[in-house]
Amino acid sequence: MSGHNESILREPLITGDNITYAKITDDILMPVENKPNKAWWIGFIVASLGALLWVVAVSYTFWNGIGSWGLNKTVGWAWDITGFVWWVGIGHAGTLISAVLLLFRQNWRNSINRSAEAMTIFAVICAATYVVSHMGRPWLAYWVLPLPNQFGSLWVNFNSPLVWDMFAISTYFSVSLLFWYTGLLPDIATIRDRAVGTRRKIYSIFSFGWSGSVKTWQRFEAVSLILAGISTPLVLSVHTIVSMDFATSVIPGWHTTIFPPYFVAGAIFSGFAMVLTLLLVARKVLGLENYITMFHIESMNKIIILTGSIVGVAYLTEFFIAWYSGSEYESYAFVNRSTGPYWWSYWMMMTCNVISPQLLWFKKIRLSIKATWILSIVVNVGMWFERFVIIVTSLHRDYIPSSWAMFYPTWVDISVFVGSIGLFFTLFLLFLRVLPSIAIAEVKIILKSASEQAKKKIIEEGSEKPEYVNEYIESLEKFDSVKQEDYAKI
Amino acid sequence: MSDIKYILGSFGDPDEMMHGIEKLQENNISIYDVYTPMPIHGIEAKLGIKRSRIDIAAFCFGITGTCCAFALIYFCAVIDWRVNIGGKPSFALPDFVPIMFELTVLFCAFGMVLTYYASTHLFPGRAPRVMDLRATDDRFVIAVDAKDNAEHTVIDGLLKDAGALEVKYNERKYVSYE
Repeated sequence: MSGHNESILREPLITGDNITYAKITDDILMPVENKPNKAWWIGFIVASLGALLWVVAVSYTFWNGIGSWGLNKTVGWAWDITGFVWWVGIGHAGTLISAVLLLFRQNWRNSINRSAEAMTIFAVICAATYVVSHMGRPWLAYWVLPLPNQFGSLWVNFNSPLVWDMFAISTYFSVSLLFWYTGLLPDIATIRDRAVGTRRKIYSIFSFGWSGSVKTWQRFEAVSLILAGISTPLVLSVHTIVSMDFATSVIPGWHTTIFPPYFVAGAIFSGFAMVLTLLLVARKVLGLENYITMFHIESMNKIIILTGSIVGVAYLTEFFIAWYSGSEYESYAFVNRSTGPYWWSYWMMMTCNVISPQLLWFKKIRLSIKATWILSIVVNVGMWFERFVIIVTSLHRDYIPSSWAMFYPTWVDISVFVGSIGLFFTLFLLFLRVLPSIAIAEVKIILKSASEQAKKKIIEEGSEKPEYVNEYIESLEKFDSVKQEDYAKI
Repeated sequence: MSDIKYILGSFGDPDEMMHGIEKLQENNISIYDVYTPMPIHGIEAKLGIKRSRIDIAAFCFGITGTCCAFALIYFCAVIDWRVNIGGKPSFALPDFVPIMFELTVLFCAFGMVLTYYASTHLFPGRAPRVMDLRATDDRFVIAVDAKDNAEHTVIDGLLKDAGALEVKYNERKYVSYE
């Protein structure tokens, strides 16, 4: 019920005075309905130069083959699969926010789900391009599909996790896209009905003729809930299957049963970090402080501490088991990781993923936008190194010491990676311009229950216990978008 | 007056709109439809709209996906071309599970969403059937068929009493057509 009051003991999810339904629409559509500002153009130009580099590097790889990368006979996977797993991991936050948090009725997801889902889709696009380009002969990429073929009826190997992965990633991408787009329909209709001329025609096509009638909404909610229900196991399955690419092998360092939960926690960890990296900037530049509040930021930071700690425990468990198993190959793989020639990448991973996120236990750091933003980048650096450590250090010293080798990236390796970041930001910046970055309809639902103004009204009615009121006002201190002096007189 | 097709009560607040629905229903005035910028919980009970059966469809699509995946893998790996991998059995059911799961989700999601689009007539390029352009922004609109309910002044009064900010008399059903 929209008129239902929510306890004042919960922090508000929308701050600011005089927020009306019309103001929500105006605020969120501001970047879509106006010309971009300078900050956007600078970001867009830098990002698209990165994307251009990506086009060059990927084309170069396609033309010359993967010999243009720094791979050798011993290290057959390096930056390509590191980049792939890194991007797929980042792509986990969107569906987690939109699906898992919906099932748990976490209303704070309503103002961050849209951009997180968009981020998911762009991250999975970046991941998918790595998969295609590491094939060497990308024009034969369709060979991963179980198609009847002319080489006898030899099918793909259904026992291989690489085949499972193809199904997992493509299902994840297409279902995420569907979830995201269906959720966008009402908001595209909002833009359509406010626009004129060609703009209206374009948005009209993409709104699928959305009218907002009772039945449409009723079914929309049913569909969203079921999609959330099936996407929750889906998001967990995807990184599980990605981890099986390693875990089902017999390489020491890869052959571990804790990989699935450990990878999933790591994926959520890096995904939330990327959401923070993007949204902390977006909320400032687009002026969305009233919708993406400090409460949202703190909540995401708490998820980062939790998943970061799970990842930390997984690292230590791996190490312990390597020793406890008594298998000297397994032990060697781990000793080599932490003290061998790649020790620096191991300790980089440990510092960025295990030690620095623990700083978020301090309330001051958790509520500082600058510190949070820096930590979110540190986490993603650490997560990149995690994949690098798992992949390269497990491979570089294989069974015969005479074939031990090091991996040195070429300019193509580096350009594909840097370029993929450019591609990601290009897509994200374009998204901010053409589609609403916050789910307008979903924010409207919580306006009358979970907004600061609604709670203020309850307090002003005077029927709440004074200690509750005090607790509530104290909880508002962390909000940078709340004026404390408004509460001084209460 | 005779050209009026629909009477629209445009509310600024969802609770007032719900009140408006009650008022109209008390006076036996049938409501054509309600257009809102966000889902309103509890409105379907009030308007007597049955529970959506899309969940049944979703289940059927999902189970179809499971069966298709199993059939595909079984046909390829067990019937059509057995691959001898160290003498291990070809019918390795645990290995079938990941793909069976993924295709269950894939079929369920696409089947359900396409059913939803079909049942609510959503498809790319469909002309939007909008009665009030602000119904996707900040207005909650109750539409009453003016031909079926002749007492227009009564409707007008009821809507305004309930808190309608504006009552419109549309001579065209949908204002969104050019």
